[in-house]
Amino acid sequence: MAAVTHEAHGHHEAHGHHDHGHHEESFVSKYIFSQDHKMIGKQFLLTAVFMGLVAMLLSILFRIQLAWPGESSDFLSFFLGETWAPGGVLKEDMYLGLVTIHGTIMVFFLLTGGLSGTFSNLLIPLQLGARDMASGFLNMLSYWFFLLSSILMLVSLFVESGPAMAGWTVYPPLSALPQAVSGSGTGMTLWLFSMTIFIASSLIGSLNYIVTVLNLRTAGMKMTRMPLTIWAFFVTAVLGVLSFPVLLSAALLLVMDRLAGTSFYLSDIIVGGEMLTNHGGSPILYQHLFWFLGHPEVYIVLLPALGLSSEIIATNSRKPIFGYRAMIGSILAIGFLSFIVWGHHMFVTGMNPFIGSVFVFTTLLIAIPSAVKAFNYITTLWKGSLVLTPAMLFAVGLVSTFITGGVTGIILADSALDIMLHDTYFVVAHFHIVMGMSAVFGMFGGVYHWFPKMFGKMMNTRLGYVHFWITLVGAYGVFFPMHFVGIAGAPRRYYDYSSYGDFDTNSYEMIMDLNVIITIFAIIAAIGQVFFLFNFFYSIFRGPKAPLNPWGSNTLEWTTPVEHIHGNWPGELPTVHRWPYDYSKPGAETDFIPQNVPLADGEEEH
Amino acid sequence: MSGHASKQIDTTTLWGGKVSPFSTSYGKLMMWFFLVSDALTFGGLLIAYGFTRHDAQDAWPIGEETFNSMPFLGHGFPLLYVALMTFILIVSSVTMVLAVEAGHRMDKKGVIKWMVATIIGGFFFVGSQAWEWSHFIHGSEFGKVELVDGSQAIVKGHFGEIKNFTVIEAGEHHAKGAVVTDDLMHQFQHAVEVGKINDGIITLHDGSKAKITKEADHDMELIIKKDGKSNKVGTRIKGKNAEKMYYQAIYSGTPHKVIYGANLEQNEYGPQQYGQFFFFITGFHGFHVFSGVIINIIILLGVIAGTYHKRGHYEMVEKTGLYWHFVDLVWVFVFTFFYLV
Repeated sequence: MAAVTHEAHGHHEAHGHHDHGHHEESFVSKYIFSQDHKMIGKQFLLTAVFMGLVAMLLSILFRIQLAWPGESSDFLSFFLGETWAPGGVLKEDMYLGLVTIHGTIMVFFLLTGGLSGTFSNLLIPLQLGARDMASGFLNMLSYWFFLLSSILMLVSLFVESGPAMAGWTVYPPLSALPQAVSGSGTGMTLWLFSMTIFIASSLIGSLNYIVTVLNLRTAGMKMTRMPLTIWAFFVTAVLGVLSFPVLLSAALLLVMDRLAGTSFYLSDIIVGGEMLTNHGGSPILYQHLFWFLGHPEVYIVLLPALGLSSEIIATNSRKPIFGYRAMIGSILAIGFLSFIVWGHHMFVTGMNPFIGSVFVFTTLLIAIPSAVKAFNYITTLWKGSLVLTPAMLFAVGLVSTFITGGVTGIILADSALDIMLHDTYFVVAHFHIVMGMSAVFGMFGGVYHWFPKMFGKMMNTRLGYVHFWITLVGAYGVFFPMHFVGIAGAPRRYYDYSSYGDFDTNSYEMIMDLNVIITIFAIIAAIGQVFFLFNFFYSIFRGPKAPLNPWGSNTLEWTTPVEHIHGNWPGELPTVHRWPYDYSKPGAETDFIPQNVPLADGEEEH
Repeated sequence: MSGHASKQIDTTTLWGGKVSPFSTSYGKLMMWFFLVSDALTFGGLLIAYGFTRHDAQDAWPIGEETFNSMPFLGHGFPLLYVALMTFILIVSSVTMVLAVEAGHRMDKKGVIKWMVATIIGGFFFVGSQAWEWSHFIHGSEFGKVELVDGSQAIVKGHFGEIKNFTVIEAGEHHAKGAVVTDDLMHQFQHAVEVGKINDGIITLHDGSKAKITKEADHDMELIIKKDGKSNKVGTRIKGKNAEKMYYQAIYSGTPHKVIYGANLEQNEYGPQQYGQFFFFITGFHGFHVFSGVIINIIILLGVIAGTYHKRGHYEMVEKTGLYWHFVDLVWVFVFTFFYLV
């Protein structure tokens, strides 16, 4: 950061994204205030990985409390000190704070900012044959807003009254009234400011992705020749542009309720024996506004992972992706449907059962495009010449979790069943598997697959295998038992389940035993990430140099030089002649034909 | 560069890569998508307003009753001023179109002329909004009153001027027999709010008690807005009866019988959320207009400096124009929801 004084030279680069790297760049303009999409992608990745590690550590802290409630732990007192873990026992308030910030960071900072920010930035210009994003400057701004919001979110962990404690959905009135819980003071204010900046970052980024996809495709790159990664990033960006602004309105009204004394979400509340004057607002209003974002957000997280895995699976099966157009159709269908299902998060708010059944119907419709995708992955794998790189393992792992989690989604989509399971650990299990695990697996797959493109080095395959198997077993070990904890009746976000012993011994024993098992698996999975981190950082510096096209892939990014240059291609931009999935084409000499290879005489397009 | 498709290109070529499928620059596309996003923010806010209004248990205020003043002319002009504001904002959209059109002709003077007109229109609107706000915050001289039976009513008519307070019992500052003539209305309203007027005798800040000398009110009418024990919503009470009920309530010596004007917590016009949404949504819109004016000024400076002329096109003017039209369009919705329906 001390190098900011060199900014004057960096500024000179502002219009330089059509130059081809002919002049020397300063350290600042290359690594810090970079306007190059490849560098910005890496900045997003490193920031998000750091945020993800923090969120994972937070989850371990509260898992220790859940497995061994009330027992003293040196681990807890080391990280939380006497303030938040007196005598090594986690304080109730901080338990809620840890859960809240874990969820917020994982959903927004790792899987929204991290996933889209990294791979949309890296791959959109490279796979489309563009010199850079439409606006390099706005792209840089998007990253810096992201970093600023990340820092604010982390700072909120250290304020005296604690971080936000109202859950990642920050429902009022809990989030609106500082009297209600200590985290609804300064911590919540920081949370809201951080998210507002995050929304600005996401908006700027998404606008850039959309116009780049529309305007900067190279010659011959028809929409129906774009890799599925790009389709996924494109629809993700559209969802972001349409849904985040509504979260902004919800957040702004909440800020007013907190700081200006309004009562948009508040009505007739008694706190600490005192009757508040707020009258006529509705907390349900917040839920509607929140989930109008919140549900598309699920797909903002998931679609990029699905796009990445489509690419990885086709490449490593050495087969064209099965049902290319059906895949595009299902991405679009999922995107559309995600806007008309938000009510399924609110079945127990006193919603009219008729409206509820409408939301049941629209929600179940999502099963159709999702199943199309799952079957297409499986049929792509079917009889393929599978190359089991670590990336491929993670992509196949994603297909597994997408199905496992999707099946429980059908259960939760039914309002009659949801009323029983609502807000239990069954829901926690469902969304962690279908959205958390799938998206994280997609992200890991993406990192392993495109690492050579990002850093020009290869990652170690054996360490990758170790990482994959520990992560897969560990994550299933965490989230599979949670279904049973939920069915046994354990609501989420409770600090201590030992009081269940008072009225149901069987459920009590099951919940307590499974909680121990879950925590042990969580610790194993967390330790497994060390293999990834070591592999990642070691390979950046000491990994073997990457060949031009290590996976025998068809897409354009593998035609750019290994050493990054401004403008991506040294000479003319490549021209595209075919779709990106010409793997093992009958009659061809090689088992892959890159998109920039013209059709041979008599060769038909796919 | 401009959006006019002067040459016909078939769809296959348009979407085949290397050219912009909408024959539009990325900057203009970005502005369009930004506006879509911003429209959803306003959409979220207006839907929240509709949701709350639909849910409200108490009567929602009627635009004509709340907004009926003109600067310098006083009351009795329902929605006239806001109509003027709206008209001028829409005219500023027309001048913006003329600026863009002049830009297409590379007519620098024309662009400057029409941009200046647009900026003046924008300033007029922002200023008018400040006036509307100040009027809304200040409220009526009568305020909204809670009658003895628990019903709430707004009051129409002419409030008789307060002449003076004659001190009848000395306090820290005022001797007995002194006549207070400063800041009368403010002291009066404050005393009403905290319940310090009893049977026409006001207790002043320093603890002295004074007799209120006040002209008679004219044409007083109470309109019931919230049910009480005997008065029901919509009932109108006129004349002596109205005067009696009003002063019975505010001269009772108990606090919070009257709300004057509006703040972010409560208002005299209707449910709490009415004032809160009014401030927030018109404020959010006003912020957009203000930003628009600032952006227009920046672009105008660029035009004067000849930046766009040298560039060979006035696309920046077009982009700010898009934003400006959007802000105007949003106002039409805000205006409809807060003033008309």
